[in-house]
Amino acid sequence: MILAEDLSKHFDSTIAVDGLDLQVSQGEVFGFLGPNGAGKTTTVRMLTSLIAPTRGRAVVNGYTVGQQDTQIRRTVGVLTETPGLYDNLSAEYNLRIFARLYEVKDVHGQVEKYLRMLGLWDRRFEPTATFSKGMKQKLAIARALLHEPPILFLDEPTAALDPESAHLVRDFIAELRREGRTIFLCTHNLDEADRLCDRIGVFKTRLLVVDSPERLRRQVFGRKVVFHLRAVDTGLVELVSALPYVDDAQSVDQRLLVTVDDPEAHNPEIVRLLVGAGADIQFVGELRHSLEDVYLRLVKNG
Amino acid sequence: MNKIITILKKEWAEVFKNRMVLFSVVFLPLLLTAIPLVILFTMRGDNAVMQSAEMPEQVNALCAPDMSGGECFQVYMVSQFMLMFMILPLAIPASISAYSIVGEKTSRTLEPLLATPITTLQLLVAKGLAALLPAMLATYAAFGIFALGARLMISNPAMYSAIVDIRWLAAVFLVGPLLALVSVNFSVIVSSRVTDPRVAEQLTALLIVPLLAIFFGQMAGLFVLNRNLILVGTAFLLLIDIILIFLSTQIFERETILTRWK
Repeated sequence: MILAEDLSKHFDSTIAVDGLDLQVSQGEVFGFLGPNGAGKTTTVRMLTSLIAPTRGRAVVNGYTVGQQDTQIRRTVGVLTETPGLYDNLSAEYNLRIFARLYEVKDVHGQVEKYLRMLGLWDRRFEPTATFSKGMKQKLAIARALLHEPPILFLDEPTAALDPESAHLVRDFIAELRREGRTIFLCTHNLDEADRLCDRIGVFKTRLLVVDSPERLRRQVFGRKVVFHLRAVDTGLVELVSALPYVDDAQSVDQRLLVTVDDPEAHNPEIVRLLVGAGADIQFVGELRHSLEDVYLRLVKNG
Repeated sequence: MNKIITILKKEWAEVFKNRMVLFSVVFLPLLLTAIPLVILFTMRGDNAVMQSAEMPEQVNALCAPDMSGGECFQVYMVSQFMLMFMILPLAIPASISAYSIVGEKTSRTLEPLLATPITTLQLLVAKGLAALLPAMLATYAAFGIFALGARLMISNPAMYSAIVDIRWLAAVFLVGPLLALVSVNFSVIVSSRVTDPRVAEQLTALLIVPLLAIFFGQMAGLFVLNRNLILVGTAFLLLIDIILIFLSTQIFERETILTRWK
């Protein structure tokens, strides 16, 4: 669906994107994470044929960037960083303009469908200047979907939204995912990326890593199992540390923190060992680092 | 064609909600039409001002055999202000297109627009027509009102023919559209190259300066806009338009506009 090979963009002496290699499959939600100025928007602009790459190539939905730009624009939907609506015009007119530009056959039907779907139908005749940020963002999302594109590029879809609106937009993205659309999601919201994305790429001028959020966690922090005990003593820590498959064991408060590669295989044995040594186990669980921890570690090292 | 019409309608729906643009399209033509009509009204019947033999050469040049000296002078005075009708095709498109291109950028609507399958040529034609058509309509309407008003105030057909003559008809119907095209393309070029929207608007406003130079040159008696001068001007504008159309399509780069504008 989306393929980038050595995709690069230079602005005079500034390198905005450097040798991006990436493949996003059909129906995948791909999270594109990175700090401000990392080149995320430039990448999206290249992949949507808005700007030309300096080097490398990109293929979107089978069309080559720089050669079949109009076809690419026909098959992708873009939500830009800011909603970019015509404030003096009504919500309905805003959508009608874009439906016509995207060569939608049933303009009225599509406009109505998305205005209703996003809860804006009752306010369709009002100028968008009167809309809240959340409503504007929803309208911009509707605009990106009018022509039913198989690929969506969403640049910060929940930025500056209140929690309720952000929740609504996230639910909507999840719905689009269920419909089988490919979504390229640029976001700073790591919780959002964690919940919505099949894979994420951490980007800072070049791609630092690409993987599923879960595998990135394991890759960066390993897998840690937490044993909540009634009491932890040094003897128990030493006992567990001595096991050949345990990378690390330490006690934190009333918890025994054990790093192992394969908890599913080794946890039963550790539990038996602890119970045999007289430990009272209250809970066993996996310590889950937030994606934020992973991201910060990667960007700092990157 | 559908996309051009869509943008055209959108431009008008958007642009005419701007008071400054509305002023330039409605009030400016009315003002510039009123000036020569007021001159005609205040000078009407003033036939004994001077005799033909006493008049300067540039006034005599506008005289027809059946006109009195006073009528010749009225024709001369009104002719000075006829150039004002040439301000309209310059000022109106400049005001509309500066707003329509600069406005798209400042309101951040340009990127979603450029992300659609519209071609650069379609976009430029639509934006150009959106600026050009109201300008020409306003110019023709203003000239029509003037012609009608003059007809009601002037009793001597020879004097009327000297004012609403082939010279000014050529100026309004031939030079007018060419000037409007200059204005539109200049606005596109400026908007495409500068990084600050305010600079774009100010530079576009400079277009009026050459026309004002001609106006004051004529007032000072340096030259009189006769048929030959208008024909030369038409040919010159045609050449300028061809160059500007070529330049504007070359210079209007989506990438430059998206990445260089602040």
